Amino acid sequence: MEPQDTDKHPVVHKLREWNANAVAEVLEFRGEITVVVPREHLLRTAEYLATEPSLRFSFLSDITPVDRFPIEPRFEVNYHIVSLDRRERLRLKVKLNGSDPTVHSVTGVWPTANWHERENYDLFGIRFDGHPDLRRILMPDDWEGYPLRKDYPTEGYR
Amino acid sequence: MSTTVETAIGAAQTMVLNMGPQHPSTHGVLRVVLELNGEMVVKAEPIIGYLHTGIEKSCEAKTYSQCITLTDRIDYLAPLSNNLGYCLAVEKILGIEVPKRAQYIRVLLTELTRCASHLVWVGTHAIDLGAMTVFLYSFREREEILKIFEYLSGQRMMTSYFRIGGLALEPPPGWLDKVQRVVDSLPGHIDEYEDLLTKNKIWLGRTQGVGIISAADAIAMGCSGPMLRGSGVAYDVRKAFPYSSYDEFDFNVQTQTAGDCYARYQVRVAEIRESIKIVKQAMQKIPPEGPFRAEVPGIIPPSREEMKTSIEGLIYHFKIFTEGFAPPPGEVYQAIESPRGELGVFVASDGSHKPYRVKFRAPSFVNLQSLPKLAEGRLIADVVACIGTTDIVLGEVDR
Repeated sequence: MEPQDTDKHPVVHKLREWNANAVAEVLEFRGEITVVVPREHLLRTAEYLATEPSLRFSFLSDITPVDRFPIEPRFEVNYHIVSLDRRERLRLKVKLNGSDPTVHSVTGVWPTANWHERENYDLFGIRFDGHPDLRRILMPDDWEGYPLRKDYPTEGYR
Repeated sequence: MSTTVETAIGAAQTMVLNMGPQHPSTHGVLRVVLELNGEMVVKAEPIIGYLHTGIEKSCEAKTYSQCITLTDRIDYLAPLSNNLGYCLAVEKILGIEVPKRAQYIRVLLTELTRCASHLVWVGTHAIDLGAMTVFLYSFREREEILKIFEYLSGQRMMTSYFRIGGLALEPPPGWLDKVQRVVDSLPGHIDEYEDLLTKNKIWLGRTQGVGIISAADAIAMGCSGPMLRGSGVAYDVRKAFPYSSYDEFDFNVQTQTAGDCYARYQVRVAEIRESIKIVKQAMQKIPPEGPFRAEVPGIIPPSREEMKTSIEGLIYHFKIFTEGFAPPPGEVYQAIESPRGELGVFVASDGSHKPYRVKFRAPSFVNLQSLPKLAEGRLIADVVACIGTTDIVLGEVDR
């Protein structure tokens, strides 16, 4: 897909107009738009998308990371957001280095992010700055390692 | 899976009580740490993870087709909905169009799944609140639906009937007559349950005004399905983002505005009736003959006859069932409306024969997060109603 095509997408256009630095890259695959956002711009971009009256991405479906080990930046955190009344979906993507997998929490924008971020901390070891209660949620408290990382063996450590 | 027992004990005048993980009304292995002031719930904290089986990790070690059997076991009350979500996601990444006949059969069966799941819900929720009779009736009706699944796939629950590109098997002759019998009898049975519950004073007392969540809170907490629609938000994935030809069906999104347990009860009962409506339309639409899966050599298994008579068919069959197939690299997110809400399946492919990452956005997991909002400030008996009304399946919460 040519870059100018995705630029015509109204949401991407609006985002660029608002802050050109918030959009590092725009990807399209099977009709799904992904906006790659630099880590330091994530929180403000999320606030803008959720509150801007013409966008209203008020519903956060899901947060899910992908571990691209051993490629750096290693982690891609995907935020799937929905505008309920405009019936539109968008994916935000933040890329994080393996040496410092930290990103700002979006619990202030979408409170539902609380458990999603705990799950990602639990299974991927990604830290969410400003999260009110970042603890393991699915694995036992004393579990070692982060099971969904690619360098964690499927059968676990023996 | 951690606890705040130690911190809560310090507070004056309150008592900490563990509800679960072995407790009949937690519908599995949910543990809720309750901080009580007398009988009043000051703080409720759900603790999960007791049923975590690492399904997402297991998927990464299997081929795309092998993962389907794992999806059954996520939400074991609605296995066909999970099959559908996963298959649609993989079909999207492959860019495959499923034949209309298979799409309609999928719609029919997922709507029957919704009926079966809501029947279990109404039965177990009623028994939690002391109405035993409904439980016995609703499980009887659910069994009739499971018999249809067994007739089609050979399995009552873990059907794995939907496969990538269509269905596993041609439906056996006479299956629509069995569906017809269920469709004819179910509305009358729903009336029976409503006679027992809808205007029952005890039922009203236990559910009305209990566990209220406002529309704004429900959206902020990411609630979906009847949890969201009971608060007056008409968001249904089948309408908002139609999949599998749902846009060709005529049905209404059921909403209530009260946002309490009773509103969610009304929404679910109305949804069973809407599902029957959709099933009836699907029965009219399904052509008696035609392909039940797409024809994509090398990705979708060839027919039995082709496999036995042509060398290409035999080679493709062997390759698909040994090494699988390799979709192009990319990421997709496919959402469907499961009985519990928005079930999202995220699949990332790196161009190999195994999914690089599979994520299930489980509606139960997200809905359960709002339990403290529902239960805090109410009596301990209401916690049971609040857990019941979120309609959680712990297999799905913990995955």
